[in-house]
Amino acid sequence: MEPLTRYLSSNVTPGEAGDMLWITIYILIVFAGVSVAVICMNWLERKILAHMQIRLGPMRVGPHGLLQPIADAVKLLIKEDVIPAKADKLMFWFAPLIVVMTAFTLFLVVPFGRTHAVTDMNIGILFMLGASSLSVLGVIIGGWSSNSHYPLLGALRSSAQMVSYEIAMGLAIVAAVLMTSLQTGTGTLSMIGIVESQAAQQTWFAFQFFPLGFIALVIFSIAMVAETNRAPFDLPEAESELVAGFMTEYSGIRWSLFFLAEYASMMAVSSIAVTLWLGGWLRPFPNALGGHAWDVAFSLVPGIAFLGLAAMCLLGAIRMPKVGALRVQTVGLAGFGVVLGLVGLVMLLPGVRERVQDIFWFVAKASIFMYLYIWYRGTFPRYRFDQLMKVGWKVLLPIALAVLILTALVGVRQELYAVFAGVIR
Amino acid sequence: MPEDVTKSGSVSPNEVPAASPAAAAPKPPAAAAKPAVPAYQRWTGELPSRLQREYGSGVQPLSYNGQNFFTVDRAIAHAVLRVLRDEAGFDYLVDCTAVHYPQRELPFEVVWILYSFRRNERLRVKASFAEGEEVPTATDLWQTANWLEREAFDMFGTRFAGHPDLRRILLPDEWVGYPLRKDYDIRKQDQDWVQKNLGIESGQ
Amino acid sequence: MSESNFYESLSDIEPGQRTYLDSNELVLNMGPQHPSTHGVLRVILKLDGEKVLGTDCVIGYLHRGVEKIGENRTYAQFNPYVDRMDYVAAVSNGLGYCLAVEKLLGVEAPKRAQYLRVILTELNRISSHHVWLGTHALDIGAITPLFYVFREREEILKIFEKYCGARLTTHAFRIGGCQYDAYEGFEKEVLKFCAEQAKKIDEYEELLTTNRIWVDRTKDVGVLSAEECIALGATGPIIRGSGVRWDLRKAQPYSSYEDFDFEIPIGLNGDTYDRYVVRIQEMRQSLRIVEQAVAGLMEGPIMAKVPKIIKPPAGEVYVSIEAPKGELGYFIVSDGTTQPYRMRVRPPSFVNLQSLDQMVRGRLVADVVAIIGTLDIVLGEVDR
Repeated sequence: MEPLTRYLSSNVTPGEAGDMLWITIYILIVFAGVSVAVICMNWLERKILAHMQIRLGPMRVGPHGLLQPIADAVKLLIKEDVIPAKADKLMFWFAPLIVVMTAFTLFLVVPFGRTHAVTDMNIGILFMLGASSLSVLGVIIGGWSSNSHYPLLGALRSSAQMVSYEIAMGLAIVAAVLMTSLQTGTGTLSMIGIVESQAAQQTWFAFQFFPLGFIALVIFSIAMVAETNRAPFDLPEAESELVAGFMTEYSGIRWSLFFLAEYASMMAVSSIAVTLWLGGWLRPFPNALGGHAWDVAFSLVPGIAFLGLAAMCLLGAIRMPKVGALRVQTVGLAGFGVVLGLVGLVMLLPGVRERVQDIFWFVAKASIFMYLYIWYRGTFPRYRFDQLMKVGWKVLLPIALAVLILTALVGVRQELYAVFAGVIR
Repeated sequence: MPEDVTKSGSVSPNEVPAASPAAAAPKPPAAAAKPAVPAYQRWTGELPSRLQREYGSGVQPLSYNGQNFFTVDRAIAHAVLRVLRDEAGFDYLVDCTAVHYPQRELPFEVVWILYSFRRNERLRVKASFAEGEEVPTATDLWQTANWLEREAFDMFGTRFAGHPDLRRILLPDEWVGYPLRKDYDIRKQDQDWVQKNLGIESGQ
Repeated sequence: MSESNFYESLSDIEPGQRTYLDSNELVLNMGPQHPSTHGVLRVILKLDGEKVLGTDCVIGYLHRGVEKIGENRTYAQFNPYVDRMDYVAAVSNGLGYCLAVEKLLGVEAPKRAQYLRVILTELNRISSHHVWLGTHALDIGAITPLFYVFREREEILKIFEKYCGARLTTHAFRIGGCQYDAYEGFEKEVLKFCAEQAKKIDEYEELLTTNRIWVDRTKDVGVLSAEECIALGATGPIIRGSGVRWDLRKAQPYSSYEDFDFEIPIGLNGDTYDRYVVRIQEMRQSLRIVEQAVAGLMEGPIMAKVPKIIKPPAGEVYVSIEAPKGELGYFIVSDGTTQPYRMRVRPPSFVNLQSLDQMVRGRLVADVVAIIGTLDIVLGEVDR
């Protein structure tokens, strides 16, 4: 009981408190949570993309194909593990591990809430940038060790792409970090610190010095798509050109590790965007809809959202054709709805709802970006390599530099005003 | 249709199989319907007379079913094609193919089908030659002849002198035999190749 | 097909350069199993980084000896075989073949049959362009248009199915006319489709025509000038994309095309984008033709008087039509028997594919798939 009370009474992350037990638990929860999220994301992507493309997507395994990702995962796990004869076996074996490890390491510092992060590093955002750029190593090693032409070309594309987009990405991040030094005078690189300074300044950085912050967010959100090799920047694995790029020779469990890492890093970079520009775990409209009553109302939203999902499931179960073959599916869908409903009810309890609402808001904001990923994929053709480089170096980089400089200038001007105003008073 | 070529009478074209008695004037098939049976006719006009002035009996302008063609000697085929392209405006090589007439003295016939964008007119040029002889290539006149001649070579074994890259195009490089020749039965195949490369007894 | 020949065939490779490990050049084998070579095309690319230095097309994986089969079947027996060449535009193939044999026989299909042929052929042109648009966009990375076009293609295939019982290899026409008359409600269904399709083409264009990435990927890619097109024998939308206003339906009308009012869309630059616009506009023009043909569909016989045993007089004809991919010609030599003496098919895809090498030299790997897509080849027709 003691660890629990210790945890409940703590108002810092377990990392800061030096609580090894809870650090371990958090790491396990984050690891499991990200894996589950990848599974959900897989299902959602297929469903949303399918509906954009006037088709249904998976419908067979489980109600509305809910169990399809699990079936796929099982299939991938029991598939024959093929290593090409001419491949560099050690490197071939090692590459997906690097990619997946870096992708999961990123989540150490992602702040799902004031206390809901494994730890709070004072260089949190630097850590994320550095760790995420390590994944390019895995991609290059994977492409090279396959000893095949398509993977090699894919790896070359990938290395050039990830390195060049990291620069624009980094500049956009610096612009946001600059904003943390407003008012307080001391900037911070800590992920939690960045969110807290947004709370202190009573505005999300996307709207700070409008439109500067917003432009930085747009630059970041373009660069992060390129960084994670997703459409329209999915050149390293361009299916119609390079078959599957650096993953061509991979299959089964190794391939699924790449897949896992891709989605995990998508979520990680979305988390960075949310943390830096969209106020992290802060609830929306803190100013316009402020006050205690609104606080309570907003803290009820997570539970209500879950109840809504539950209602959708139950409605789907009712609308399911009444035939014997679908009985299992109907019961399964209804059962899933009941579980969701119970979770929703628990989340409505006072004490619980205050504690979990920050996670909810964080995930909700991050899922906007995840939806954008799917939307891009359904809409855009793929860039060519030289055009990709052109966009990175000739468009994003100058704009990011300009935004950075302007942010600095505007910030200095505002600080000076504040100082002079103090002097005059 | 016959009214296109009014003045001329039937002539005996040398491209109908020599063995066939129908060469002089193709007989109407017994079952054919009313329409008048077209015959090979001499093609008269400005272009054929010009070419005949230049090349004499080496060029025979003929017409069948409203479609004009020249039968030319193998030796002057390339020169005629060049004249047609550069001076008569037949700038587009539609097709180049071959026909095999084993009964004839010169069993192979290469057919170039030309089109003129300016005149909106089609024309065929045909040249006969014997086994082992070479026809001059048209690749220097039209790039498109490259693959078309490769295909003719692939199917008939017709060699085109001066072709930059004369090798098989549709069949495997090591295939033996030329399948569109008349002495190549439809069920025939290169057994050795099939057994060696496909690992089966027969492709039939 | 063997690798050694390939090296010798590329003029800019010295014989000493055969090992590429210690040079900067890379030989990439694309196909025959590759997502975007549209079947079994195999292209051997010689690359410097991602830049294409030279190509060699290896074709013939789908070679079935259609011409040999034609010489060993009667004229009527061979009719269904032609559908298997360009299987996404089977109706056009059949039309060309029937016209060629009719020319040889000296018969002409009745007017109603000609109009029916026009309706079905133009619908087939639209469905062929559907497949082209979907796969071309997919090659360039836009996955959604594929599903949109297949939705409409399905409607066309349903009309075919109701008309003659088959969806893909239709065998819709017979020598001398059509076997089947229009079914009950044919006109209404076709007109309904036309009205729907016009709106859907706008939908495709919304996704692509002004899409910045699409324009970037297709503008100035695979440029062919009009002169190059003529020298290479490239026909159909490719030559029209280069600015030559030439369409056999206008230049040498067949099957009553002279009765219909339509335009020949052309491009200016001869690049992939222009060919895209030309094909999209062709779909619109085809809809116009179909609407006019349905409006003008008169009563009457659908079959000319053709003998039961087709035995054309000895002679030879070349007849060509404007297939969706370009000029599709049949050169038939008859020796007066029931079987053709020589059956030559002039396949547009085969000839157009030859211009691939010229179009991709000096460009990037990503452009290769865009250019293969814009050539709109069907390997069944290339290999025959």
